[in-house]
Amino acid sequence: MGRIETIRAIETSLESRRAAAGFATTPAAPDAPAVETILDRHGRASAQIIAILQDLQEQHRYLPEPELRYISRQLDVPMTRLYAIATFYKAFRLEPRGRHEVCLCMGTACHVRGGERVKDAIERSLGVAAGETTADMRFSFETVRCLGCCGQAPVMTVDGKIYGKLDHLTVGAALESHT
Amino acid sequence: MKPSDVPEIVERTLRLGEVVERLLYLDPASGRRVELEEEVPYYKKQLRLVLGDNTRIDPTDIRDYVALDGYQALRRALERMKPQAVIDAVTRAGLRGRGGGGFPAGVKWNTARRARGDRKFVLCNADEGDPGAFMDRSVCEGNPHSVIEGMIIGAYAVGAREGWIYVRNEYPLALEALALAIDQARSCGFLGERILGSGFSFDIGISRGGGAFVCGESTALMASLEGKPGEPRAKYVHTVEKGLFEMPTVLNNVETWANVPKIVLRGADWYSSIGVGDVSENPWGGSTGTKIFSLVGKVVNTGLVEVPMGTTLREIIFDIGGGVPNGKKFKAVQTGGPSGGVLPESLLDLPVDFDRLAGAGSMMGSGGMIVMDEDTCMVDVARYFIDFLKDESCGKCLPCREGLRALLEILNRIVEGKGRRGDIALLEEIAECIAETSLCALGGSAPNPVLTAIRYFRSEVEAHIRDKRCPAGVCKPLLRYRIVAEKCTGCHACFKPCPANCIAGTAKKVHVIDESTCVKCGACYDVCKFDAVAR
Repeated sequence: MGRIETIRAIETSLESRRAAAGFATTPAAPDAPAVETILDRHGRASAQIIAILQDLQEQHRYLPEPELRYISRQLDVPMTRLYAIATFYKAFRLEPRGRHEVCLCMGTACHVRGGERVKDAIERSLGVAAGETTADMRFSFETVRCLGCCGQAPVMTVDGKIYGKLDHLTVGAALESHT
Repeated sequence: MKPSDVPEIVERTLRLGEVVERLLYLDPASGRRVELEEEVPYYKKQLRLVLGDNTRIDPTDIRDYVALDGYQALRRALERMKPQAVIDAVTRAGLRGRGGGGFPAGVKWNTARRARGDRKFVLCNADEGDPGAFMDRSVCEGNPHSVIEGMIIGAYAVGAREGWIYVRNEYPLALEALALAIDQARSCGFLGERILGSGFSFDIGISRGGGAFVCGESTALMASLEGKPGEPRAKYVHTVEKGLFEMPTVLNNVETWANVPKIVLRGADWYSSIGVGDVSENPWGGSTGTKIFSLVGKVVNTGLVEVPMGTTLREIIFDIGGGVPNGKKFKAVQTGGPSGGVLPESLLDLPVDFDRLAGAGSMMGSGGMIVMDEDTCMVDVARYFIDFLKDESCGKCLPCREGLRALLEILNRIVEGKGRRGDIALLEEIAECIAETSLCALGGSAPNPVLTAIRYFRSEVEAHIRDKRCPAGVCKPLLRYRIVAEKCTGCHACFKPCPANCIAGTAKKVHVIDESTCVKCGACYDVCKFDAVAR
């Protein structure tokens, strides 16, 4: 048995044990046609796996498990490798996201211009810490290391739109308009 | 300038050829109006070889680039130069890698040219991960063809048929500009089969990064291009011989590639006459050409600055940058991103080149230059960078993974006022171990922020440890906010912004901060017009 077959066999056996122990087995079926379009766009090449996952994430704003399992089967790439990639690169998420994505820059220029205090203010305003999503799924709050617009520091993006020259006194108000 | 000024500009400047005096740039330093853009102090000392065309071309239209001698260097190389002649020109020009290492590009190309392999690759590193740096983004967005032309020339020189540009996913506009430029170059015959009717064929693809700082390291970048987690490997065999898919690979960053067409077109002698040192015999003998810096932080004019190598820090920060705003005092400048260090006021006259910066314990890096004033705490900055690097360490090798965690633990306790005697020596010992034993350059240069903070700002580190005091007033656990009774007018201005509702007092009476519930956000300190909040 080759390496991939071995891993497959282990996965299948784990799956049946999970089912026997009363855990939920693989949830909902994937949206196969949508995934197929992505796979074809990248020539179904396993070397393009990062680009494939990026496209998948663009669609769902996170990587849903059924879709990942489908890709794993179609490209003959073990789930462990997909998981390794999804957890290594910061861009990937394995949990569903809020309606609005708030992304605060923690680059050096933002840091020396008070980024840390803006972060505290956002966390107080949303009631969640960086990396979390509000319970009403309204906001997901992330920090990134540099958005590359250091002249505007401190900077955040809300759904990709840039808000510059922030300060901790007014940042809460900027979030209010996003429902 | 406002829309309502337009009629006057049309009337006086366009019709009569007069200058509208009141709309001219006012130089804050001299208080004089400046007529020509080149005379504005911010631009006067710059030499914008790479950035200059950004303002003159539309990046979405290849004809603009071609009109400014674009792709003429490629034509010259293909029609009049042998590949070896191109390599020799780049070597004699003294072009060194702008991504951080400063390795001579010509030497790298030469090795790749001689290396055996069925396929060869040229790659462009546009994974600009250094926080506080955005020069490559600007070049990709503003003048993408200069990068593409550089890569085609490089591919011709080393005999590569395939190229990849590895772009940060956080730069959507750069991705768009590059993709469009590649399409246009292909339809004009600058990319693809038999370029410009020669026997040389080459094409470029784009790969989006996944958001991992370590992927700027050559072997990690190549692993990522192969669809793997971006972990570096030991370089017993260099990537120029066995790189992407085990094939000879040349990797240079955006700014390096963008310099190549200029060198081919205007000659190695012209290029090496800019900058410092003598590179005629030894490509490591100096730093030639220009370098783009991202001048940000506590400085009046923030933005991208391109100057000849060897310009001093003082010229960049004070003559071009206009110094520190709000009457504050200059304290330090951080160069080289997380792998670099902080340099103090006493080193302001240091000429900025690869070797002098390294000698001072910092490095050129990709060109981030973050100015810090007296309100910046050097321990906090060191802690910030180590925290960044701890997150970004891939974890493959132990010294980097565990060493950075240990450094962070010590720095955390120092900024919390729990520093112990001997912590400085301990930091130095761990730092040295990380630098010497890490697998890749991320770990190898990771201790620089801590070591330079200790080397140049030792007394500030000691104040945190010995006196439990943060002289710059930054480290939250060491701060106390209180109201100065003699100055408080009881105006209530501090009530509203206080998120903890911890300020008490009636109107016109002296207020009081309840320190037990204060979250130390500093909002009261910032809004008080009477300096009545002290920390």
